[in-house]
Amino acid sequence: MGLLDYFRTTRPKSAHVAKERLQILVAHERKMQGAPSYLPQMQKELLAVIRKYADVDDDAISIQMEQDDEREILEVNIVLPDDGTGKKFDTGRVQPG
Amino acid sequence: MARIIVVTSGKGGVGKTTTAAAMAMGLALRGYRTSVVDFDVGLRNLDLIMGCERRVVYDFINVINQEANLRQALIRDKRCDNLYILPASQTRDKEALSKEGVGRVLEELSRDFDYVICDSPAGIEKGAYLAMYYADDAVVVSNPEVSSVRDADRMIGILASKSRRAELGEEPIKEHLLLTRYSPRRVEKGEMLSVDDVLEILALPLLGVIPESQAVLTASNEGLPVVLDEKSDAGQAYRDAVSRYLGEELPHRFIHHEKKGLFGRLFGG
Ligand SMILES: Nc1ncnc2c1ncn2[C@@H]1O[C@H](COP(=O)(O)OP(=O)(O)OP(=O)(O)O)[C@@H](O)[C@H]1O
Ligand SMILES: [Mg+2]
Repeated sequence: MGLLDYFRTTRPKSAHVAKERLQILVAHERKMQGAPSYLPQMQKELLAVIRKYADVDDDAISIQMEQDDEREILEVNIVLPDDGTGKKFDTGRVQPG
Repeated sequence: MARIIVVTSGKGGVGKTTTAAAMAMGLALRGYRTSVVDFDVGLRNLDLIMGCERRVVYDFINVINQEANLRQALIRDKRCDNLYILPASQTRDKEALSKEGVGRVLEELSRDFDYVICDSPAGIEKGAYLAMYYADDAVVVSNPEVSSVRDADRMIGILASKSRRAELGEEPIKEHLLLTRYSPRRVEKGEMLSVDDVLEILALPLLGVIPESQAVLTASNEGLPVVLDEKSDAGQAYRDAVSRYLGEELPHRFIHHEKKGLFGRLFGG
């Protein structure tokens, strides 16, 4: 690719990319704002339990707290390794408290 | 009773002190008795931007510790009789600020002034927390840049949940967004987030857009709040922001790139 091509290709403008990244990040962080402070510790402990049974990565688990007027919902997602039986498990939703 | 206004951002170096100085001078020029308090204990800068660094005797921490009274510590601005500066201590750290002490000083200021402006330090630790805790209004300063917008959003969440007003279940802090260091030329090239992009993410009423401007550096070099430079773009933009804060409706200027003709390019700045 020549220098001119490089400038001509319609790459997404960096400001546009910045905006999209921010929209996703900010939405996520707003959700986690009121979340209880035990979440990171719980995430670690859950991971330790799961590791007794399956070989999962550190980033295989994600925890989300959702709040609406009536209730708080804790959503835990764990991706099990792809070793034949491996499927994406959704451990489902729990309502704490 | 004064309105207490915090100038805050989360992220450092986005223009809080420049804004606190400009808003304070702007309100004072409009005839309001105004004081501006530096909460950046240990890293004070407001005195330099206001050009009163050689007149500091007592500071905010001395007043909190009752080693001096407010009258002794407040510095009257040389250019505007309505304006007073309460400098931060340079030798202490933020731990020297106490919630009760800050509350006491702000309450005393509230009795004598129409507006008390709190120049917050960066971060979300004690200094920034106490700067916003007693506020009635907040000016959230952000640059059109990803980390600054993200930190502003975080700060907006803190204003809504951790302030005195939130704790007491009172009417929430009134928040305003001030977008600073804006470069219309770079926005038009698609290199910088636009006003609309930032507003879409932060969803706050827009107090103003301050352009990236040489005048800000010149003003701080000279210890003159940039609003005093009436000819400058940033000075005018800050004046507009003050007017909007006072309830006037004004169109936003300095958000479009003006293409200069040959003449302008040859002789313009
Ligand atoms: N509109 C502007 N145009 C150009 N430069 C600017 C503008 N606003 C601020 N600056 C510059 O940005 C730098 C940081 O500004 P300022 O000290 O006001 O930020 P701050 O948010 O108070 O920083 P801190 O978080 O360290 O307290 C200074 O060098 C200042 O001159
Ligand atoms: Mg500052």
